[in-house]
Amino acid sequence: MLLKKDLLSREVKHFTINFGPQHPAAHGVLRLVLELDGEVVRRADPHIGLLHRGTEKLIEHKTYLQALPYFDRLDYVSMMAQEHTYSLAVETLLSLDVPLRAQFLRVIFLEITRILNHLLAVGCHAMDVGAMTPFLWAFEEREKLMEFYERASGARLHASYIRPGGLAQDVPEGLLDDIYSFCDQFPLRLDEMEEMLTGSRIWKQRLVGVGCVSARDALEWGFSGVMLRGSGVAWDLRLNQPYEVYDRLNFTVPIGKSGDCFDRYCLRVEEMRQSVKIIQQSLSLLPSTGPVKSSNNKITSPSRYEMKRSMEAVIHHFKISSEGFRVQPNETFSATEAPKGEFGVYLISNGSEKPYRCKIKAPGFAHLQALDFMAKGHMIADVVTIIGTQDIVFGEVDR
Amino acid sequence: MEGSYISLINSLPLVYSTEKLKDERHLNNRFKNSEVTLVCLPKRVPFVLNFLKNHIGSQYSMLTMVSGVDFLGLNQRFCVVYELLSLTFNNRIRVKAFLAESSSVPTACFVFSNANWWEREAWDLFGILFQDHPDLRRILTDYGFEGHPLRKDFPLYGFVDYSYSEIKHTVVAEPVQLPQGFRSFESAVSW
Repeated sequence: MLLKKDLLSREVKHFTINFGPQHPAAHGVLRLVLELDGEVVRRADPHIGLLHRGTEKLIEHKTYLQALPYFDRLDYVSMMAQEHTYSLAVETLLSLDVPLRAQFLRVIFLEITRILNHLLAVGCHAMDVGAMTPFLWAFEEREKLMEFYERASGARLHASYIRPGGLAQDVPEGLLDDIYSFCDQFPLRLDEMEEMLTGSRIWKQRLVGVGCVSARDALEWGFSGVMLRGSGVAWDLRLNQPYEVYDRLNFTVPIGKSGDCFDRYCLRVEEMRQSVKIIQQSLSLLPSTGPVKSSNNKITSPSRYEMKRSMEAVIHHFKISSEGFRVQPNETFSATEAPKGEFGVYLISNGSEKPYRCKIKAPGFAHLQALDFMAKGHMIADVVTIIGTQDIVFGEVDR
Repeated sequence: MEGSYISLINSLPLVYSTEKLKDERHLNNRFKNSEVTLVCLPKRVPFVLNFLKNHIGSQYSMLTMVSGVDFLGLNQRFCVVYELLSLTFNNRIRVKAFLAESSSVPTACFVFSNANWWEREAWDLFGILFQDHPDLRRILTDYGFEGHPLRKDFPLYGFVDYSYSEIKHTVVAEPVQLPQGFRSFESAVSW
């Protein structure tokens, strides 16, 4: 067969494919335009915004209390962490103090949220890479934790439990005992999961050395949370800028070494163990009685009991639910260590009952931005591993 | 802690430190909550950020976020807010630049790589123009979306309604028609 010379020497063009937005490994609605050279990724261009709901715009049209439930719906696997950040921001603007019992209960639920999130992160990551079983086990445990959510707040997912000034209500009787017994058995479940994954040859082959990020790059790309600590940067807002009662608790923050996907997986598992430790400590330090919300009834709703007895309480309740409360002109940036990284709320108030501007800093947004940098030069199958390790949830990325 | 903020600001070269703003209403909340805000001219943003990032006395090595704010009705309508974090000194600083609707800010992409998407977002939602930005596309809104939704003069319900047309077998956009006018419940009486 005759072949023309210029045909042979013609350069092979890069091949462009669409990954998602319906791909199960895309964790929701990520559309990824991949430029491939054979099987090697040359460029990854994430197209986001398919889940954009205009949360920030909606919040500008709601009172401070009405804006709270939107935060559950951002990253819908770590709900309370976000409503907590928002509550902190509002409390900073109002210079409001939160009772001690509420602070401990917040910490307990924040750590439950962290376990919820990491179980899903590790479980789904394993499923994306090919291990089905840990996913099912993780969801078994998640179910128990979401039951705790339900018993405290009435909702399994979108709790709206942590509110400016404290909590929506006190925990029901017996819940703390059950959380305690959960903490007893949970490390065993983690051991089982680790048995499946940590030593597994296939799991390691897929994760070790994939998506390496140096400490310098992690800072440059604005990483936070596990993504930053995986690269060896000791930075955890719970330790470095403690909020609530984290400065009274004794826990360690694991730090990675090589900054690859396997390190980050190990960190997530270890963080879950530390969370259990934090919950156990908080349970024993928790004041057995006391209020769970600020006594300032201009901000927090009075109790049902009071409303039946006092006219003033009825008026307060009516005013809070109809008009909300006003916040003096000010601005603040509050950030907390959400399970996925640093979640921040930049809130500007202008003296009315609605926020003037509420900017949500989602950790996933910063992480996904670096996907191009992390995936470059890797195989297309590694892109799935990298998306998994970034722990992307589109509720928060798209807002 | 407070002292270290102040000394840091005093150590900044004069050109980088707070500049006189025409409209004081922008600044009625400058040093509350012990959160430090630095205001600079839009054209100096990259220099200021570069200084804060690399100077040995500040080392704000991480850009946490970039945010736009719309002060509708003021001369300098938009504000771009850069939130920086120094891991070495464990503190945060906020850099603000105010600009009119017709002007633009030089991009910070060449100082912090991750400014890229944050600036795209500010462009998408506010229409703030970033000079020399390598890739200033829309990011959060739909392909082919028109307008900048987070501007204060953009109505909450938007301008167009999307529906599926059985006749044309495609999604069509029509102007929004509200059966009842949009009501904003502003309470007149304060307590």
